[in-house]
Amino acid sequence: MRKPSAFEMSRRNLLIGTATSVAIGATSAQAQNSVPQPLAAATAADAPAMATVSFNVNGEVRALKLDTRTTLLDALREHLHLTGTKKGCDHGQCGACAVIVGGQRINSCLTLAVMHEGDSVTTIEGLGTPEHMHPMQAAFVKHDGFQCGYCTPGQICSAVAVLDEIKAGIPSHVTDDLNVAPELTNAELRERMSGNICRCGAYSNIAEAITEIAGRPA
Amino acid sequence: MKFDTPATTNPIDQLKIIGHATSRIDGPLKTTGKATYAYEWHDVGSRPAYGYIVGSAIAKGRIASIDLSRAKAAPGVMAIVTAENAGKLGKGNYNTAKLLGGPEIDHYHQAVAVVVAETFEQARAAAQLVQVSYSAAKGSFDLAAGRDGAAKPPGRGDNQPDTNVGDFPGAFAAAPVQLDATYTTPDQAHAMMEPHASMAAWDGDKLTLWTSNQMIAWTTGDVAKTLGLPKENVRLISPFIGGGFGGKLFLRSDAVLAALGARAANRPVKVAMQRPLMFNNTTHRPATIQRIRIGANRDGKITAIGHESWSGNLPEGRPETAVQQTRLLYAGENRMTALRLAMLDLPEGNAMRAPGEAPGMMALEIAMDEMAERLNLDPVEFRARNDTQVDPEHPGRPFSRRQLVACMKTGAERFGWSARNAEPGKRREGRWLVGMGMAAAFRNNLLMKSGARVRLDRSGTVTVETDMTDIGTGSYTIIAQTAAEMMGLPLEKVVVRLGDSSFPVSAGSGGQFGANNSTSGVYAACVKLREAVAQKLGFNSADVAFSDGQVSSGNRSVPLGQAASDSELIAEDSIEYGDLAKTHQQSTFGAHFVELGVDVATAEIRVRRMLAVCAAGRVLNPKTARSQVIGAMTMGVGAALMEELAVDKRTGFFVNHDLAGYEVPVHADIPHQDTIFLDETDPMSSPMKAKGIGELGLCGVAAALANAIYNATGIRVRDYPITLDKLLHRMPDA
Repeated sequence: MRKPSAFEMSRRNLLIGTATSVAIGATSAQAQNSVPQPLAAATAADAPAMATVSFNVNGEVRALKLDTRTTLLDALREHLHLTGTKKGCDHGQCGACAVIVGGQRINSCLTLAVMHEGDSVTTIEGLGTPEHMHPMQAAFVKHDGFQCGYCTPGQICSAVAVLDEIKAGIPSHVTDDLNVAPELTNAELRERMSGNICRCGAYSNIAEAITEIAGRPA
Repeated sequence: MKFDTPATTNPIDQLKIIGHATSRIDGPLKTTGKATYAYEWHDVGSRPAYGYIVGSAIAKGRIASIDLSRAKAAPGVMAIVTAENAGKLGKGNYNTAKLLGGPEIDHYHQAVAVVVAETFEQARAAAQLVQVSYSAAKGSFDLAAGRDGAAKPPGRGDNQPDTNVGDFPGAFAAAPVQLDATYTTPDQAHAMMEPHASMAAWDGDKLTLWTSNQMIAWTTGDVAKTLGLPKENVRLISPFIGGGFGGKLFLRSDAVLAALGARAANRPVKVAMQRPLMFNNTTHRPATIQRIRIGANRDGKITAIGHESWSGNLPEGRPETAVQQTRLLYAGENRMTALRLAMLDLPEGNAMRAPGEAPGMMALEIAMDEMAERLNLDPVEFRARNDTQVDPEHPGRPFSRRQLVACMKTGAERFGWSARNAEPGKRREGRWLVGMGMAAAFRNNLLMKSGARVRLDRSGTVTVETDMTDIGTGSYTIIAQTAAEMMGLPLEKVVVRLGDSSFPVSAGSGGQFGANNSTSGVYAACVKLREAVAQKLGFNSADVAFSDGQVSSGNRSVPLGQAASDSELIAEDSIEYGDLAKTHQQSTFGAHFVELGVDVATAEIRVRRMLAVCAAGRVLNPKTARSQVIGAMTMGVGAALMEELAVDKRTGFFVNHDLAGYEVPVHADIPHQDTIFLDETDPMSSPMKAKGIGELGLCGVAAALANAIYNATGIRVRDYPITLDKLLHRMPDA
């Protein structure tokens, strides 16, 4: 089994809070050198704590000065105008905001932008364009794996990452034997995609699209 | 164009482009994140400020006072709008409760303020500082308790609260086989993925709203009415809509508050309703209590059928018309239906996908399964014996097309229905009890006036403009297919522009009337454009052909674009309907089949197979139509197994008001789904000969699951959703 890098990430990307800004996460004592520094200490209660953060989005380094409360999702949508990543619930319940960070999918609404100093973020715009679609995007079009389109970027980012997870041998709730590599079965796909809600109900077609891509040699 | 005689052969019948399983033309935008939804317009006007909604913390009563001082002093705050400072507001035609509450509060989470700030984070933080003091009043929140006091609601046209044909009480009492059962369906939420969202910008007294709305003309009118503006001063833009299911048919508070916030802040303002507010702030499908009585002879012929439904709503709200299908679906000489409405102080009940039939079929189609068992008849056979080709209330009025029996028989054969053991609880596979269930599908076909404008340019490209919306239904694609078929063009030579109130008024998206009516409006406009092209090119319009980008007559053929060589040719028309819907009952039909397993120890339910067979007129695009049906089947699984807004009957709100608490089906709940469309055209419906399908796919699904659970376990649950707690204590021994 691959060593999960999420632990490394959460230790590295910590935010040191000033007296008035809320400490993020449970591991804030473990700050290291790459921590983004607050620009101005929020001495007065009425000044939002600002910080700079720089990360790579779709192959491009982007530096932002942000209110530290800004989620990665809102940094992408409101500051970088990459609105392909959707806000469905803002509470980690729907998966519409899924992006790929350091090769793993996360709900970008549940993570603050300033936690991602130096990270590499891939959004739906980074996978492909209308003129040059990623194979997964093209498969969604071919199999009509969407209707209203609002959950679609999250579904596609998740689907791309799911295939990598299975390839990396990461088990899921429905993996029977944890000692053998999980197989790319229908049950595995459906279980792993279940954090991405599609209220239009395109699941059957999404499964066809992912299966087609999974069946292709990489 | 007036459509008042049945359609004959027309250019659509060529089926060069219509009827083909074309991929969505908006697909590349939606799958690459380039489709722009309401909250995402970054390149129009100046940078918007952010609005955050404050919802009422009581269900009924008054705001005693609001203290805005701390919120106003918070960083970045530009304006706070409440009912007190908003100026006089009207109420729209389509919403029951006010969209900005105060001082009276009509329901929980009714908007009471919007806080506008420079950033989203600032607006959210400041909204928490708004101090509202309430004086709460006692409300009614319990439908079962209000049932006895429920009143007869006013009738609307053909929808009367009471219908009676023959002698129902006498015939039911005399019937040798009877069923008298009561079913309940819960409050349900649309829970579309895109929250209600709007961005507002003022230019003097002219307002532009980028919003997420299914019915542009209705909502433009209600914006004007609510804000006291002339309608022509309001422009709505809604080209992409992240799901609606009826929840975005009407003006909602996000749009009103964005407009008021923008006026107060003197800046464009955008507001997305926060997810936890949506379930109580907006509308929902009301819960029902339904009593169904069926009497039949021993040969399985229904002699008496009665359906009563109780639902609740706010004062001036309307009932859930759950008896609607029972007036039309099965034969029987003696019939009655009744609707009763209890006054409740819960959030506003209103249309959700297939209002009326969706909850009505949830009950009726269990009742039919129960009755078939009492008659010792196969459920398909029992329904077939009670087919009717005429409106049972008005036997002189035939159905335009009705292939219910063919749907059921085709489905039974394809699904392997004959393998079902009629005796419940008899099929065991390891730890699973396996059952099959079926239900009829039924939903009426509605005709609505719909307009479009078509423009031909010199390159031979046709641009369609209509205020029609695409809520995921595939409107962009089928409208492009219609124009391409009519003008003899490949799909790539058609551009479709939707969801803008400056375009001709269409049917909009709702009631599964969008596809048939909006494409018929485009058909009408294209007929006019064809005439204009023929005239411009000097052809006799009677025998001119449009194909392969050419216009031809006799041995003369010229490129279509030549008709626009000096200036663009523009044609506009609407489809309007005569009396064909009065002389003929227009409905859509189908059959749902489900196989599922129930874990004998835990009562966990896993759906294994699903099939829907539909007969709903011409299928304009089998790919997008299939998506409509599988999506509806998925929503039906939710209705059967998990969806329920839990009512706090003491304080009057829906407790599970987010996507973690209100459970909807996820990937793991849904197996591969099959759909079959019977070959059908309906010349009574429109020149397209199509009907609706997006709601048909939902009607009956939940009952098919309920019936399959009974077949698997022998446990009949009449109260949705069928959760494990309703099965566990009655499960057969493992």
